[in-house]
Amino acid sequence: MDDVLSFVFLMFAATLRVATPLVLCAMGGLFSEKSGIVDVGLEGKMLMAAFFAAATAAVTGSAWLGVAAAIVAAEAMALLHGFACITWRGNQVVSGVAINILAAGLTVVLGAAWFARGGQTPALESEQRLMPLFFPRAGDSIPVYVALASVPLTWWIIERTRFGLRLRAVGEMPLAVDAAGISVAWLRYRAVLLCGLFAGLAGAYLSIAQNAGFSRDMTAGQGFIALAAIIFGKWRPFPAFGACLIFGLLDAVAIRLQGVEMPGMGEVPVQLIQALPYLLTMFLLAGFIGRAVAPKAAGVPYEKEH
Amino acid sequence: MNRWIGPLVALFAACALAAPAVAQTAIKPAIVYSTGGKFDKSFNEGVSQGSEKFKKETGTAVAEFEPTNETQFEQAHRRFAQRGQDPIVAVGFSQGVALEKVAKEFPNIHFTIIDSVVDLPNVQSVVFKEHEGSFLVGVLAALASKSGKIGFVGGMDIPLIRRFQCGFEQGIKYANPSAELISNMTGTTPAAWNDPGRGAELAKGQFDRGVDIVYAAAGSTGIGVLQAAKDRGKLGIGVDSNQNYLHPGTMLTSMLKRVDLAAYNSFKAAQAGTWKGGTQVLGLKEGGVDWALDKDNEKLITPEMKAKVEAAKADIVSGKIVVHDYMSNNSCK
Repeated sequence: MDDVLSFVFLMFAATLRVATPLVLCAMGGLFSEKSGIVDVGLEGKMLMAAFFAAATAAVTGSAWLGVAAAIVAAEAMALLHGFACITWRGNQVVSGVAINILAAGLTVVLGAAWFARGGQTPALESEQRLMPLFFPRAGDSIPVYVALASVPLTWWIIERTRFGLRLRAVGEMPLAVDAAGISVAWLRYRAVLLCGLFAGLAGAYLSIAQNAGFSRDMTAGQGFIALAAIIFGKWRPFPAFGACLIFGLLDAVAIRLQGVEMPGMGEVPVQLIQALPYLLTMFLLAGFIGRAVAPKAAGVPYEKEH
Repeated sequence: MNRWIGPLVALFAACALAAPAVAQTAIKPAIVYSTGGKFDKSFNEGVSQGSEKFKKETGTAVAEFEPTNETQFEQAHRRFAQRGQDPIVAVGFSQGVALEKVAKEFPNIHFTIIDSVVDLPNVQSVVFKEHEGSFLVGVLAALASKSGKIGFVGGMDIPLIRRFQCGFEQGIKYANPSAELISNMTGTTPAAWNDPGRGAELAKGQFDRGVDIVYAAAGSTGIGVLQAAKDRGKLGIGVDSNQNYLHPGTMLTSMLKRVDLAAYNSFKAAQAGTWKGGTQVLGLKEGGVDWALDKDNEKLITPEMKAKVEAAKADIVSGKIVVHDYMSNNSCK
């Protein structure tokens, strides 16, 4: 019985651990998408943040300065995205892709120039990282709790505050918001900055809590998975959170099922296990989530009529 | 006009004569690293140590290239060959295809490839008996494990990494037949060499299942595995270079693969004019693989463990123990 309990607890912990960056990114992405700014650049923001968190923590020795640097880096990328998409009304997908490419290249170049380790940052000591708070085996560092808290907070801001109402409105019909005398650009900038804040935290979690240092392309597509989770969740915080947990659980299961003897089928082939998350994604996408309707103005730059 | 021709011809003749005389002593070596990067604390870094040694001893400059993705291999080989760099060392099995193509185009340039076999007269292939070295660290792991459960985290799921795993398993069973090995592969694409987050997560999964020693054969992914071992107070085993220094006190040992020798020997031979193509297989006997003992792990290795592993080593060298090679039949049986 104890074994089962501890197995369930450890699976739960592993799921949360893996899902934390997804949840943070998904919540950030929600703000941006709700306001009508599609954010393909979550991945790049997170990568940039991960690099600056690890680099700052390695140089200053402080994990919290690392977190601050991560947020500043992600906000800089967010502002760049905002500048291109809001001020200059550029194509949001193109800008997002550009941010991803920029981050993938810049982190490695800066890393190689500063630390001469082929793009990696030096390995961090425990005191330079965000360590688990209560359960060392579970890895429950502060960002994990922040991620959990961010879900009801996001829901409350979007559904229950005046800012949230306007945010939703600007994502559906910016013309109406403009006609009411509220600045579309300023609202969208605030949404994009909120997105940067969350992506920054997610990046910091990756490099100074979950791991001990930055390595090239360490986000490994998690920004895109977060984006998929937003769509799964039909642009609503709690369902998106659920989607992140499913992805996390699948990953945790995939890790633990490798090489385990299953009753009736012998050892599960590695390839099948590794394909499992993708198979289930297709299955869920095809059959279960139904129609996902994006905010109407998502991806459309707002232009005042002249 | 005519009076210039004589001296000109003489000058060209002098150049033509001088060139081969220079070529015998001065070489222009080059290295193309794998995508893990020169400072991966493991495989590539081992090669760079060999090259640094050569540089220091001879004062010869070594040109280097660190590709950021696999498509750059061929360009890098070709550019070095066009510039007359010779010999060119390619690091890692994934450069095999590109190297074969370029080596055919430049039959006069000498190439050395590590971890793969390319059958051309101007290519020297250096491969290692990783199963023998892994056997030794498997013996140590079995002797040091308290739970009797030992973990293995591989990088990309390819026969080469299965060879590490298979040798490791044989070593474990040799020292403790009832010990259990739990294995994970990080992925099936080259990204699996560079995913420390996933490496750490795999290792934690193994620790949750009772593993107390984990062997990482996964390039940069291994950094995450060894870090996870330290975070959880378990023991890690490094690979390729001596990685004991990464976490003194929680590194049981490292499986040494002397890739530094491969680069160093190739350059040295080219300089001496004794460079030969063909395949070199470096095992325990040739000093190509070994286990690491230094000040960072000496407290973890008891005299009995040392005696037992040295005995196994002597038996493998003498041929008394034959470690099965996974790649000989693509099976660990």
